[in-house]
Amino acid sequence: MGLLEVKDVNKRFGGLQALGNVNLSVAENTCHAIIGPNGAGKSTLLNCLVGKLIPDTGSVMFDGQSVLGRTPFEINQMGISRVFQTPEIFGDLTVMENMLIPCFAKRDGSFALHGIRSVLSEGELRDQAEQMLDDVNMLDKRNMHSASMSRGDKRRLEMAMCLVQNPKLLLLDEPTAGMARADTNNTIDLLKEIKEKRDITIAIIEHDMHVVFSLAERITVLAQGTPLVEDTPENIKGHPKVKEAYLGEAA
Amino acid sequence: MFGLDKKDASLLLIVAALVAFAPFLLNPFPEGSAMAQFNAGYPDLMQRFVIFGIFAIGFNILFGLTGYLSFGHAAFLGVGSYAAVWMFKLLSMNVLPAIILAVITSGIFALVIGYVSLRRSGIYFSILTLAFAQMSFALAYSVLTPITGGETGLQLALDDPRIFGSATTAEGNIPVPGLFGLEMRDSSELVLGNWVFTFNVGYYFAAIVMLLSFYLAIRIFRSPFGMMLRAVKSNQQRLNYTGLNPRPYTLAAFVISGMYAGLAGGLMASMDPLAGAERMFWTASGEVVLMTILGGVGTLIGPVLGAGMIKYMENIISKINSDILHGWFAFLPDGLEDLVVTMIYPFIGKGWHLTLGIVFMLVVIFLPGGLVEGGQRVAKLFGRKKTDEPKSAKTEPAE
Repeated sequence: MGLLEVKDVNKRFGGLQALGNVNLSVAENTCHAIIGPNGAGKSTLLNCLVGKLIPDTGSVMFDGQSVLGRTPFEINQMGISRVFQTPEIFGDLTVMENMLIPCFAKRDGSFALHGIRSVLSEGELRDQAEQMLDDVNMLDKRNMHSASMSRGDKRRLEMAMCLVQNPKLLLLDEPTAGMARADTNNTIDLLKEIKEKRDITIAIIEHDMHVVFSLAERITVLAQGTPLVEDTPENIKGHPKVKEAYLGEAA
Repeated sequence: MFGLDKKDASLLLIVAALVAFAPFLLNPFPEGSAMAQFNAGYPDLMQRFVIFGIFAIGFNILFGLTGYLSFGHAAFLGVGSYAAVWMFKLLSMNVLPAIILAVITSGIFALVIGYVSLRRSGIYFSILTLAFAQMSFALAYSVLTPITGGETGLQLALDDPRIFGSATTAEGNIPVPGLFGLEMRDSSELVLGNWVFTFNVGYYFAAIVMLLSFYLAIRIFRSPFGMMLRAVKSNQQRLNYTGLNPRPYTLAAFVISGMYAGLAGGLMASMDPLAGAERMFWTASGEVVLMTILGGVGTLIGPVLGAGMIKYMENIISKINSDILHGWFAFLPDGLEDLVVTMIYPFIGKGWHLTLGIVFMLVVIFLPGGLVEGGQRVAKLFGRKKTDEPKSAKTEPAE
């Protein structure tokens, strides 16, 4: 039984079968990649996991509990953090404030009135946030306005914001989309480091095969809303069905 | 000091000093001189400055921090006024219970309106609040006449019960609002040469309340709650996926700013114990939006400056008439004098809204950050370059 269990999930948009009988099991402390050509239903599947979409049929269990019918913030409180395709951060806030908000969410839940004590008096949370910023080599940028940073730094910040919550499952939605090669490699190194340092399960959706094959331990290939194969990276590389799905040629 | 950092503490002290010495600062011109009409140091206007300052500070907690633009905040001001007048009628002429009830009533009112309106965001939220405020206005103006006094407004009467106070004064008049014997309308005058400075009890009472509200606003801005509100404005999607529910945060901000409006309404009734439905009209809601934007959205001092500026223009520019203009330009040849007066005339007197509109447009176009940004630019021009650089990184968050 994996940390995340997706069973017979179907999702229709009008006449389009976006997901058809998707079964997926992500084992604890592994990195599981979901790949597939455009329109394969990767993003739909991800949105079903985080509460943005509700599947028509099927079940999504996380850590023994169903996530269906829960709002995104409730699912996050269960231990799933999500990194977006384009970095979603609090652009009007400083880097440090960006880091403190997930710390507060982790400690106090989805809503808490903290009275009128200053943010500055939260020493423990600040230490946590600074430690995490140090881990991603951004400590020197802590007072920067986060909107003014480069895209690579925003991505780093977003990952740090997710990781500081110590999630059980980290969902990455094309984390290197639109990145320069050097930035992509940095992100891969960062993710490898994260995997080594902590007990975390990662599910990653990615187009870039370089990223997938350097990180994933299991790969699921989606095509037209259904999983084609699930296997180790070595076996996926030469799999005829995968070639067919990607290149459209009869192997 | 008071749990504030150095910068905020000095801002609070500056505001406190300005408010304390306002009777001097606003009366720079000697009595009887040609410029005396620009004096704003009379009790009625000074009270308006601080009361509308409170209203705008509260509005800014909602609009400045969360970005939710309410177009119906005057409803809470009106509710606060009615609640306060009812306390004067039923309980006693002491302003404290009146103000407390005003804050509580408007808070409950804001909770109901906010709960419904906050189901939508952006323009739909604004329209919902506007609709609620206009409904409140209509109710107060006609349907609820027994409670609100309808068209004539709610006034004190000689036969009001006032169970903890006297219904009438010894002379048989309606008593005036006061604080444990200090009457709000009491003033003492200081005459220095040609200058007359007026110190009014009501003004200083309202000023102290304003300083307390300002202090509370600073603490809210710097608290985790304030940070969450800014996060709501910045990126609700990220907030949701960070495990936080934006709805209760925005509702709390809405209720707090509604209570500030109720406080302002209660104070207005304390200075002059009557309340009318026109206080809830949508133009009154629009006015506080203008004040906040004119002063600087999301800044601490901005709304107070904006409120002061609009109330000054409303009371001073509207008093200028064509005779005064002719007096000013008497030195010009007759034909030219008439021409200049004709050109300026639309902008004064009842046309002060035109002047306000032009000032507002200029500020929005050239100073999107409001008067506060103007002040910062001036400070930069004359500022010391040494302290400027290390500061710039730190000053960014709220101001």
